[in-house]
Amino acid sequence: MSPISRRAVLGGALAVGAASALAGCSAGAGLADDGRSLRYWDLFTGGDGATMRAMLDAFRAEHPEIDLEAVTLQWGPTYYTKLAMAGAGGRAPDVAVLHLARLPGYAPAGLLDPFDPDLLAEFDLTEENFPAAVWQRAQYNGQVYAIPLDTHPYVMYYNVDVCREAGLLDADDQLIPLRGPDAVLAAFTAAKQVTGAYGLVTETYGTDGVNPWRMWWTLYRQLGGELLTPDGRDLAIDDAKALRALTFMQQLTSSGAAIREADGSGSIALFSSGQAGFMWQGDWEVTTLLASGVPFSMTRFPAVFDNASAQADGHSLVLPHRRTRSPAQARATYQLIAFLLRHSVTWAEGGHVPAYQPVARSAEYRALRPQSLYASVVEELALDPPVWFAGSASTLWLEMGAALSPVLTGRATPAEGLAAAKAAVRRLLATPNPVQ
Amino acid sequence: MAPHPARTQPTRRRDWSGLLFVLPFLAFFALFLVWPLVLGLGTSLTDTTLAKDGQFVGLANFGEALDDPVVWSSLWHTLLFTLLSTPLLVLVGLVFALLVHHLTPARWLWRLSFFAPYLLPSSAVSLIFVWIFQPDFGMADGALAALGLTPEIGWLSDPAVAMFSIVLATTWWTVGFNFLLYLAALQAIPDTYHEAAALDGAGGWRRLWTITLPLLRRTTGLIVVLQILASLKVFDQIYQMTAGGPEQSTRPVLLYVYQAGFTNFRIGYASAISYVFLGLVLVVALVQLRLFRSPEEAA
Repeated sequence: MSPISRRAVLGGALAVGAASALAGCSAGAGLADDGRSLRYWDLFTGGDGATMRAMLDAFRAEHPEIDLEAVTLQWGPTYYTKLAMAGAGGRAPDVAVLHLARLPGYAPAGLLDPFDPDLLAEFDLTEENFPAAVWQRAQYNGQVYAIPLDTHPYVMYYNVDVCREAGLLDADDQLIPLRGPDAVLAAFTAAKQVTGAYGLVTETYGTDGVNPWRMWWTLYRQLGGELLTPDGRDLAIDDAKALRALTFMQQLTSSGAAIREADGSGSIALFSSGQAGFMWQGDWEVTTLLASGVPFSMTRFPAVFDNASAQADGHSLVLPHRRTRSPAQARATYQLIAFLLRHSVTWAEGGHVPAYQPVARSAEYRALRPQSLYASVVEELALDPPVWFAGSASTLWLEMGAALSPVLTGRATPAEGLAAAKAAVRRLLATPNPVQ
Repeated sequence: MAPHPARTQPTRRRDWSGLLFVLPFLAFFALFLVWPLVLGLGTSLTDTTLAKDGQFVGLANFGEALDDPVVWSSLWHTLLFTLLSTPLLVLVGLVFALLVHHLTPARWLWRLSFFAPYLLPSSAVSLIFVWIFQPDFGMADGALAALGLTPEIGWLSDPAVAMFSIVLATTWWTVGFNFLLYLAALQAIPDTYHEAAALDGAGGWRRLWTITLPLLRRTTGLIVVLQILASLKVFDQIYQMTAGGPEQSTRPVLLYVYQAGFTNFRIGYASAISYVFLGLVLVVALVQLRLFRSPEEAA
């Protein structure tokens, strides 16, 4: 029996390692293009992640001939970095999720491929099946670049027990709509007297940091304000309107109607433990709150000013740029997209308003409570201006959140907050567009 | 510590086996450090973005970086973090090591409890401290309230306080490393020195000042160098505890590099900022080298 020398073993191990490293490099090179395997990327974790996995599993069950590989990446800038690089390399996944407001940062740079109108028509993914405002934002240069999956507006959560005790509910246990700044402040103050702790909780600072932007953009759009000129080149903030919105925001916290300092997870913890009457947040906390057992319902963001607009973005499905895409591969891709849209009532359970109108109008969706109670907001969406630096997890949101947060925490006056916000937008406007 | 000139030279025989031993490391060093360093410098001279390869733009990115107020403010935040955290991490490490060295009962327990946090990943530490620092119902406010104090400190929400809170969390998290180095150095000091001094009538404090601390000087030098370099690299815990806020008051320069490169897609510009930072770190390293070399050479 010949003893195996240590050197031989080490040499062998090294060779195996090198070989597998090389294999790793080449694994992505040969992209499947025969429509038999699909690669899909998203950024959904938590409740949304579980729902999406269930929907993908349903697709696999219905289409056993297609091998679907789904990859979930971390939400935020990290996801968008990877998506951009994949598109730039031309060897991207077949289909990916993109926030609709991020489209102006992706389509003009050639990071995405346009959809084929004939195939879209074949799968019923056409204009009349989507809300007009949302469909319009899915276009670039006269071509369709995104298929909207949902809209996720900024909404108002309320604790049913607290609001009933405060006399804010009607006979059907629904919140009596609040109109005007005084009614809103009075309702939160009444709720605060019931809880003995907080009226409204909402994120006023923290790592997410975006909520002050969502709140301001909602209120400012309710006054009809614009952020940029129509061509997206210059600042168009109306100082009087902006200050009215900011003054109301400061009034909320300084009067004690709303919590002065809370981060995102803190405000959710307070609301889900029954210590607050109301919460302002995106629609995606439904799953968390249902699990917490707190008696809550949801409604549209109140019409504090002239209309009931609410800040919103939405998820859409896009085709990251690939150098080649065979007809068979395209067909399989459209099949997956159409499947996800047709089954988006499952998706809506997570709180998002389905963009696909056959689903949004269905009895099944309307029966979802509280998820369908704010669906009418799609007629009054406050979407981001269509510029490269806007959209979910964008620099605009982070910078505006940072500029406006001190107005809520009471560390800056509305005028100071506005000056900081304008400086931030001016800096972004002066930054060379990296995608054109 | 230059070699003595009078020392006899060993027989000059070219032996390449030494080189062979370091070759694997040299290859990795060249491939993963030197080459990216050169590539990055090249990128910093272009307007490359994540979406496209850039054109050569000369020193335009560096000009923009030097003109960008955010570069300067974020550099200051990195420096502030280093100035606050370094003395604290060195001193607390030393004090803990002295305590543990003299606390004989259950010494393993003290050693473990001071070192254990160092083993946690940054995400766990950040999560723990974000909850500890919650306004009103956080543990920090709770502890103060138990003492009858309600100072309403905005731990992570007040721009004047947030950096101190991050330094506090960082100290809890990483002091274990300095503590361990000090403890090892303490245990290497021969007992005979202390015995002799005690016989001569030196008390505990006297021995600390004239025996222990001077003998720890080399360790202190090493710890200070390592700590300054580690503090200048701060990113993880700030990204996860405040994301640079409130009001960008804690945004370190590396976070700005990340935002410029990965949120705003401007790889060329982000590279330029990181080379400005590299230049400053090199200056700090050279100054340190001078400061810490002279006393030892004199000795």
